[in-house]
Amino acid sequence: MASYTPTVSLDDPRTSTGGNGHIPPHHHDGDDFGSSFFDVRLRRARLGLVVGLTGIVMIFISFSSAYVVRQGLPTLDPRTDVLLHDWFPVPLPRLLLVNTAVLLISSLTMEIARRQAARKAALAQLASVPGVSMPAKEGVSWLALTVVLGLSFLAGQWMAWRELAASGFYVASSPSSSFVYLLTGMHGVHLFGGVVALLTAGAASLLRRPADSQAIAVDVTGWYWHFMAFLWVYILCLLEFVH
Amino acid sequence: MAGSTGGGETIMATRELAAHELHAHAAPQGFIRKWVFSLDHKVIGLQYYFLALTAVFVGMFLSLLMRIHLIWPNVSLPLVGEIKPETYLSLLTMHGTIMVFFVLTTAPQGGFGNYFLPIQIGAADMAFPVLNMLSFWVTFLGYIVMLSAFFVVGGAPLHGWTGYPPLSALQSAGPGEGPGADLWVISIALFCVGALMSALNFITTTLDMRARGMSMMRMPLTCWAWFITAILGLLAFGVLFSAGILLLMDRNAGTSFFVPLVVVNGQLVAHKGGSPLLWQHLFWFFGHPEVYIAILPAMGLCSQLVSVFSRKPIFGYKAMVYAMLSIGLLGFMVWGHHMFMSGMSPYSAFAFSIMTMAIGVPSAIKTFNWLGTLWGGRIRFYSPMLFAIGFVSLFVSGGISGPFLAQPVLDIPLHDTYFVTGHFHLIMGVASIFGIFAATYYWFPKMFGRMMSESLARWHFWFTFVGTYAIFMPMHYLGMAGATRRYSQFTELAYLRNLIPLQKFITYAAIVTIAGQFIFLFNLFWSMKYGKKASDNPWEATTLEWTTATPPPHDNFGGLTPVVYNGPYEYSVPGAPRDYVMQNDPATVAAH
Repeated sequence: MASYTPTVSLDDPRTSTGGNGHIPPHHHDGDDFGSSFFDVRLRRARLGLVVGLTGIVMIFISFSSAYVVRQGLPTLDPRTDVLLHDWFPVPLPRLLLVNTAVLLISSLTMEIARRQAARKAALAQLASVPGVSMPAKEGVSWLALTVVLGLSFLAGQWMAWRELAASGFYVASSPSSSFVYLLTGMHGVHLFGGVVALLTAGAASLLRRPADSQAIAVDVTGWYWHFMAFLWVYILCLLEFVH
Repeated sequence: MAGSTGGGETIMATRELAAHELHAHAAPQGFIRKWVFSLDHKVIGLQYYFLALTAVFVGMFLSLLMRIHLIWPNVSLPLVGEIKPETYLSLLTMHGTIMVFFVLTTAPQGGFGNYFLPIQIGAADMAFPVLNMLSFWVTFLGYIVMLSAFFVVGGAPLHGWTGYPPLSALQSAGPGEGPGADLWVISIALFCVGALMSALNFITTTLDMRARGMSMMRMPLTCWAWFITAILGLLAFGVLFSAGILLLMDRNAGTSFFVPLVVVNGQLVAHKGGSPLLWQHLFWFFGHPEVYIAILPAMGLCSQLVSVFSRKPIFGYKAMVYAMLSIGLLGFMVWGHHMFMSGMSPYSAFAFSIMTMAIGVPSAIKTFNWLGTLWGGRIRFYSPMLFAIGFVSLFVSGGISGPFLAQPVLDIPLHDTYFVTGHFHLIMGVASIFGIFAATYYWFPKMFGRMMSESLARWHFWFTFVGTYAIFMPMHYLGMAGATRRYSQFTELAYLRNLIPLQKFITYAAIVTIAGQFIFLFNLFWSMKYGKKASDNPWEATTLEWTTATPPPHDNFGGLTPVVYNGPYEYSVPGAPRDYVMQNDPATVAAH
């Protein structure tokens, strides 16, 4: 075995590019030893989610800054040749409050489903041990309930759009109505992505995929769902209060 | 007791199964799963690479048409026929867009990053292989949509790669601003989605998949560059995506985010109150980091190659990491320097100007360290090294004009002239292309198991190196003499007539340089089949990709998990048996 001087890293400054010859102490990152693979996968999926949400946050920050900037812009009235401000807030349909309540409740059911899936995954590891009996299947599928509530929210948003249109506010009617449609629409698209993810997770359970895979999918979608609820409250506040 | 032991074994068995599932999806069998809808980061990397290769030839062909038209305006050209001013604008729009997005963003990060990041950090694949596959196919779809803009009624858009409204926002603004411009925006939005998914994967992989012993500060600088590039992409592409959505709404839903009340082609538009400046802010908040997205991977690679081929540790590893991080950070604070001419408060302009010039500091640190690495090294002038040194040269020549343009008082006369064209082509275009070439020559043996022809590579290098300088240096003089960008003809303008000989020289240089690229193309495909067989570590480099088989097996390390003991640049270690110590070489531990 080649053995060369251990003083290399001390004597020769040129070689000091990152600690020679020893393994750094175990960090949680980059090291899969000592924790179960379920934990590793869960950690990885959650990290991916946080990174992904950062991207989504940037999208909505851009829209928000456009919203604020657009409010301050004057426009030229071609008839009078005067600069004037054309921003006036759109009266938001009351229905949006109902939708908000539906979404917040769905966040709650999602949380129950998430914890349930985590428990199931933990128990699944014990299922093969003789003498351990699995709890009977739950009466209510919180996951399914969340999907139903999520779809009701989306349907409610659609009805709110119809109501807006009925009172004369279309996408291009005024700058603020453009933003109402834009922000609710973009949020709706993202929430629909969450619904699809939940359906996929549900299908995984029907297809008898391993409980831990399903638990990870439900966990990550759960946090995504909570984030979508938070985002919606933020958007509502932006539309209602920032003028 | 016996029962519970049996249960424990079952748990162990499931865990091993999970480990298998975690680390490597099974090797695919059929052609479709193996080469088309592959989950393997290496195949996806190659897919990105070849997408960029076709894109670069399309982009190059467009630039050739433009250069020919500039000096022979009356010649009818193949595929496009007679070039009208708006045709010229279409050509430059598509040239810029295809090159920036589908070449400079795609090849260094999507191509080489995908292929080598997991191997260099000792992982079996990217963190989310399915997402990785989706990123590629969404990008591919974006590419197809972009190309299809050529073939719709009215042709490709005219608004330049920056897509400034109102030109880009109004269907009536010009012949290419109908469906062509819609396809352009949709393609960009798709590209953003692909890039965001890819950034997610790169960041998670780097943070969470490193092999045992591979601390952040032991990562090769290539990995640092890909990591920082991914962070920039994550923060920048969302903003461009949003701007694209707003632009699509302005174009098709009648909104007025970006369009003020203007008269276009004699008609008062139906929009009012929007702000073209808003687009410019959103676009350049993405656009400036995009410059670094294109060049950071090349910087990382250049650091790697300069060390490998000088047989010396990189000079100032940590300084290199911090310089890249500060370039990334400052890159988000300087977007306003693209807008000095768009009207802004002199105080903002001053702040943007100072910030921009501050980027010179980390850039100078990097250049100094590259030179410091070369200094006193036993330099091996193989083709990857030639291109790496070429990169340093271009980085300096292209970068030095940056501080000129960063000053509003100089930018005002130079804005929208060939000076700017020369500047950004040298630093963003050609320098980063040199990074791609260097990476190709360097990693080709690992990817395809054969060596590329060294003599052809040298011919290619000199053609390209001299050729690109001959194209882009004179552009600085054109710019200072007042030649504006985006004009399709100079023959009609008296004050520019004297510059026509220089324009001719540039076109001749471009034709020769483009011809030189076919040497590369030939070398690439010829060497895949007939090149000399490569050993596992032909360059005697230390990083993990050279510890595995050539080409690497499906799970990268053939069922093994590498353990890392050393930094990535242990060259010429005194007392070591060879002049390099592999990252996974435990010998120094034995000595301890």
